[in-house]
Amino acid sequence: MPALIEPALIEIAALTKRFGAFTAVDNVSFNVARGEVLGFLGPNGAGKSTTMKMLAGFVTPTAGSARICGHDVQSDPVAARRQLGYLPEGAPTYPEMTVLGFLQFCGRLRGLRGATLDERVGHAVAMTTLNGVRLQPVETLSKGFKRRVGLAQALLHDPAVLVLDEPTDGLDPNQKHEVRLLIRRMAAEKAIIISTHILEEVEAVCTRAIVIANGRLVADATPAELARRHPSGKLDDVFRAMTMPNKKGAA
Amino acid sequence: MSRWFSVRSALVVARRELGSYFATPVAAVFIVIFLALQGVLTFNLGNFFDRNQADLAPFFSFIPWVFLLLVPAITMRLWAEERRQGTIELLLTLPLRQSEAVLGKFLAAWAFCAVALALTFPFWITVNFLGRPDNGVILCGYAGAVLVAGAFLSVGAAMSAATKNQVIAFVLSLAVCFIFAVASYPLVTDFIARSSPELASFARRISVTDRFLGFTRGELEVRDLVYFASFIGFWLLLNSVIVDHRKAD
Repeated sequence: MPALIEPALIEIAALTKRFGAFTAVDNVSFNVARGEVLGFLGPNGAGKSTTMKMLAGFVTPTAGSARICGHDVQSDPVAARRQLGYLPEGAPTYPEMTVLGFLQFCGRLRGLRGATLDERVGHAVAMTTLNGVRLQPVETLSKGFKRRVGLAQALLHDPAVLVLDEPTDGLDPNQKHEVRLLIRRMAAEKAIIISTHILEEVEAVCTRAIVIANGRLVADATPAELARRHPSGKLDDVFRAMTMPNKKGAA
Repeated sequence: MSRWFSVRSALVVARRELGSYFATPVAAVFIVIFLALQGVLTFNLGNFFDRNQADLAPFFSFIPWVFLLLVPAITMRLWAEERRQGTIELLLTLPLRQSEAVLGKFLAAWAFCAVALALTFPFWITVNFLGRPDNGVILCGYAGAVLVAGAFLSVGAAMSAATKNQVIAFVLSLAVCFIFAVASYPLVTDFIARSSPELASFARRISVTDRFLGFTRGELEVRDLVYFASFIGFWLLLNSVIVDHRKAD
């Protein structure tokens, strides 16, 4: 590959969030370049979602900064968000809207219109295999479908940066497989962050993994490197060793 | 797309919001109750026929009170519902300025109230059928009614942004709107005047109902228009600040 020097699409520097006396995210820094799929791991409450919310510009950081394609998410939020596809925790959608209506709404707010809007919505629906339920209100759909509607919304404008909070939660094994294929297909031209509790997913789609515990970054390596840190060679064991209170083997 | 504010984005938000009123029973229930209440109040309590006058004075005299009760019911879900569903995180991470979201939601609620008001046209037909009213005065009264709705809506929207709980949003906006509705009443101003006469005249000046009275008499005054514009502007600004401050709570 030619050595094209491109600044990282996601730059997180010393990001910190405190809620009163509680520090949810503590001085976290990392970059994600084009072509990388970053697996964001950590126990519940470790600060994964808060970090992602700060990256999306929804939660205001106490200190530090986050940039998307060079745009600071606090000082230049609209420009940063144009480059971002974000699936929030729990994949919220407007229940009374149809799948098509919801995606058109998101597309319009992203400045799409007319034939381009129809084309982009059609493409997103096809990618997430939502064609059969296009005209159904979101509230009538199962959990797996709702998650895919959220995913379709994030992919709609073909963003350079994708931040997906638990994209495969609630999907059946076949749907999980589909979504992983989809992420791998898009990986080459995007910078992607996915948070997940499924460690096999990290091995299946991620080029890099970050482990966060108690708000601190405790590991940043490729999944294979990470797995080697425990005699058993299993990511499960590494994860447990790093995130349990008496953590041994933390990097 | 403009650098500081995109009208298009605000209208996209307004359109979705308005659509959601009609996708749920909210719109139908509100319009039916509004028309029924206005009908009963105007014809029965307002002595519409016995007065023997060709105007809509009884109709307009009840409008602020009916809005006082019903407008908080529209606005209570405006932001509280987004918060409950978690969609506020989706909405505010789209490439959209907070001011556009705030204005879009307000415009949707306002347009909805305007539709409800427009559906009172049978009153206007009735009075024109029975006599020869001054339609300019009636039109002016309608304009005033739209502004009263806007004023109450802007208060309600800000209250809705302050809480996740719709009941609290309803009660808070009802209370605040009530203060602005009765501020000019002698009972209130006399009470205030006992301790501070300056404050009493101030209370009279900030009252929504007092300003509305001018409109129902056909007096369209610039200072009243300025009053409503700044009233609505103030509460929308407050709404923006509250959303910004509390969006992730």
